[in-house]
Amino acid sequence: MPLPDNPPPPAPPPGGSLDRRSFLRSTAAFAGLSALAASLSPLRELSDYTSTEQFMQKYYKEMTPDDMKKVLQRITNEVEHQYGIRPHVRDLKPMDGVEFVYALNLTRCIGCRKCVHACVAENNQSRSPEIQYIRVLKMPHGSMDVEKGNHTYDDKEVPDKGFFYMPIQCQQCKNPPCVKVCPVNATWQEKDGITVIDYDWCIGCRYCEAACPYWARRFNFTKPSIPADRINPEMSYLGNRPRKQGVMEKCHFCIQRTRAGRYPACLEVCPVGARKFGNILDPNSEVSYILREKRVFIQLKEEMGTSPRFFYYFDK
Amino acid sequence: MITATRNYLVFLRRCARIAFVGDWRYYAWMGVLTVICLLGLNAYAKQLVHGLVVTGMSDEVSWGVYIANFTFLVGVAAAAVMMVIPVYIYDNEELHDLVIFGELLAVAAIIMCLLFVTVDLGRPDRFWHLIPGIGQMNFPKSMLSWDVIVLNGYLLLNVHICGYLLYSRYQNRMPAKWFYIPFVFLAIIWAVSIHTVTAFLYVGLGGRPFWNASIVGPRFLASAFTAGPAIIILALQVIRSVTHYRITDKALLTLRAIVQVSMIINVFLLVCEVFKEFYSGTTHGASAKYLFVGLHGHHALVPWIWTAISFNLIAMVILSLPLSRSLKYLNVACVLSIVGIWIEKGMGLVIPGFIPTPLGAIVDYVPSINETLVCLGIWAFGLLCYTIFLRMSVPILQGRLAKSNEGQPEIQGDEPDTPDSLPSPAPH
Repeated sequence: MPLPDNPPPPAPPPGGSLDRRSFLRSTAAFAGLSALAASLSPLRELSDYTSTEQFMQKYYKEMTPDDMKKVLQRITNEVEHQYGIRPHVRDLKPMDGVEFVYALNLTRCIGCRKCVHACVAENNQSRSPEIQYIRVLKMPHGSMDVEKGNHTYDDKEVPDKGFFYMPIQCQQCKNPPCVKVCPVNATWQEKDGITVIDYDWCIGCRYCEAACPYWARRFNFTKPSIPADRINPEMSYLGNRPRKQGVMEKCHFCIQRTRAGRYPACLEVCPVGARKFGNILDPNSEVSYILREKRVFIQLKEEMGTSPRFFYYFDK
Repeated sequence: MITATRNYLVFLRRCARIAFVGDWRYYAWMGVLTVICLLGLNAYAKQLVHGLVVTGMSDEVSWGVYIANFTFLVGVAAAAVMMVIPVYIYDNEELHDLVIFGELLAVAAIIMCLLFVTVDLGRPDRFWHLIPGIGQMNFPKSMLSWDVIVLNGYLLLNVHICGYLLYSRYQNRMPAKWFYIPFVFLAIIWAVSIHTVTAFLYVGLGGRPFWNASIVGPRFLASAFTAGPAIIILALQVIRSVTHYRITDKALLTLRAIVQVSMIINVFLLVCEVFKEFYSGTTHGASAKYLFVGLHGHHALVPWIWTAISFNLIAMVILSLPLSRSLKYLNVACVLSIVGIWIEKGMGLVIPGFIPTPLGAIVDYVPSINETLVCLGIWAFGLLCYTIFLRMSVPILQGRLAKSNEGQPEIQGDEPDTPDSLPSPAPH
C-alpha cells in the first residue's frame, strides 16, 4: 500500500498507545452520551402527555359500545384528576330524520360578540391562550367581501353606523374540504350534518386548517388551560370534552346540547334573536320556514362548492 | 445462505466502522454537525413539551419553515433523477460512475423530508394512525396520504438501488440487471411523482387561491431540477477535493446544461404566474400582492422574494453565458440558484398562501429561534447522513473497501488507490 498523504498512526499500536486510544474512545463516547442526555433533558417535564390507554385507543368508528364505555370512564377520571370536578361525559349519537341547519339574520346582528364568549364557556375552550370558534367581522355597508372586514373592532358601543356585522363559524359544509384532506380520517361528517373531530385520533398536521375556506378550525398550539371553576361538566366525546395539546378543534353546533334537544349556546345568548337553528328535514321547523320564505339568503363563498349548512339572510 | 448472511453482516460492519474513521477534517466536520444536531434535538424536546406554541406559527399561518423546508427538499430528492436519466437513458459515460452520489443525496433528502413532516405534527406519538392496517389512512382522498406513500416508496427504491450496486461492487461482481434496472426506471417516474404529489398537496385547496393554480406543479418541477443538480454540482466538487475519487469537469458541465435549461424554464413560469396574478387585478391576487409588493402596510416577505428573484435572474444570466463553463462562475450560479429557490419555495410559496387568511386577516409570520434551531438540526442531520453515505461508498467504488481485502488491515484516511490511477498529483 502506498504511503498516504496524512499518515495514519502506525498499524500495530504498542501497548501504551492502545490504552491511550481506548481511553480517548471511551471519553468521546461518554461525552457524546452526556451531550445527548443533556439535549433531551427538557423531556423530563413531559408529564401527562399521553397515557397507555389513550395511546392504544381505537379509532372512534371501530370502537364497540364496551370500548366506548371504558374510554368515557378514562376521560371522566382524567377531567376529575385535572380539574377536581366529576364531569358527565356521554357519546351522543345523531338522531334519525334530523339534519341540522343554522340561519343567521344579518339585519339583526349588532356585533356584540356575546355568542363568541358563550361559545367559549359552553365548549371548554382553552382560556389562555383563548381559543374562539366564532369570528365576528365588522363589515362596511354594501360589501360581502370578507377582506374588507375588521376582525379586531373595539367600539364602545355597537352597532356602529355604516357597518353591519357578520359572525363566521364552522359552516358544516355538505362537501367539507377539511374532511377530504385529513390523512387519518380523524374528522368526518355525521348523519345529522355535523362535521366532528375525534380529538384522540387527530395527529395535528393542520392540513384541515389550511383547507378550510372559512378559517373555522383551531389548533391547540399548547396545553389548553381552563380555570377549574369554568369547566362545563356536561360533556360529549365528539363535542366539548377538554382537548389535549397538539390537536384540532372547531364548532360542532354544540353537539352535547343539540343532540339532546337543546339549542346551541351561541343562539341562546343572542340578545337580538339573530340566530336560528333547527332541523331542515322537518318542514315545520323555523329554519325550514326561513329558507322557504326569505327571498335572499347567502351561503358564504358559494363558489367554493362547499355547500354550507349555515345560511345568512336579511329581514328587508 | 449462512455464508451470504455472514458476508453481508461483515460488509455492514466494515461500512459502519469506516464511518467513524477519517482525518482531522472529517472529525471536525462530523463534530460540528453532531453539535448542531444535538442543539436541534434539544429545541425539538422543548417543542414536544410546550407544543407548537414555541414556533412562530399561529391559527392564521398554520404552516411555516418546517413545511417550507420539506417542500424544498422533496425537490432536491426528486432532482437526483436528473443524473439518472442521462446515464440510464442516454448512456452518458461521464456521469455513469457518479449517479450513485445523486441517489444517495436523494436518500438523505428524503430522510430530512420525513423529519421535517414529523416535527410539524402536533401529536407525533400518534404517527401510527397513518399506517394502513393498524391505523386509518385516508387513501386516495387525502393528498397527504399519497405523499406518505410516494415519499416512503422513493426512499425504499433508492436505498435498494444504492445498497445493491454498492454491495455488488464490494463483492467485485457485476450487478444482475433484472435486480436493479427495473427499479431505476421505476424511480425515474417515482421522482416526478413525489414532487407532483407534493405540489398537489397545495394545488388541491380551493380555499387558497394562491396555491389553487395549475402552474404550481410545473413550477415545482422546474425549480427542483434547477436546485437539485446545482447541489449535486457542489457536492461532487467537495467529494473531488477531499477524496481521490475521479470526477471530471465534463461531468460537472453536463449537469450545468441541466441547471441552465431548468433555470430558464423556472424563470419563464415565474413570469407567467406574476402576469396572471397582477394583470387581471382580481381580489384573488391578494396573496401575491402581499408577497411581491406588500398588502395594507404589511411587507414582511417583500425583501425575501426580491432577493430570491434577483438571485434567480443573476444565476440565469451566468448560466446562459459561456462564462459559467469556468467552475468558479458555475459555483456562484449554483449557490445563487439554491438560495434563490429555497427562498422562493419556502417563504415564497408556503407562507403567502396563508396571508391574507380566508377571512381576510393579515397576520405576519416570523420563524422563532426554537423553530430555526430545529430546522438547522435537521439540516445538520441530513448532511451527517450524506457524509456517512459518501464515506462508505467512495472507498467501495474505488475498490479499497472490498470483500477481497477482508481481514487485511483496514483503511484509515483517504489514501489514494494507486498512484497511476490519479488524474492529477494529489492535492496539498
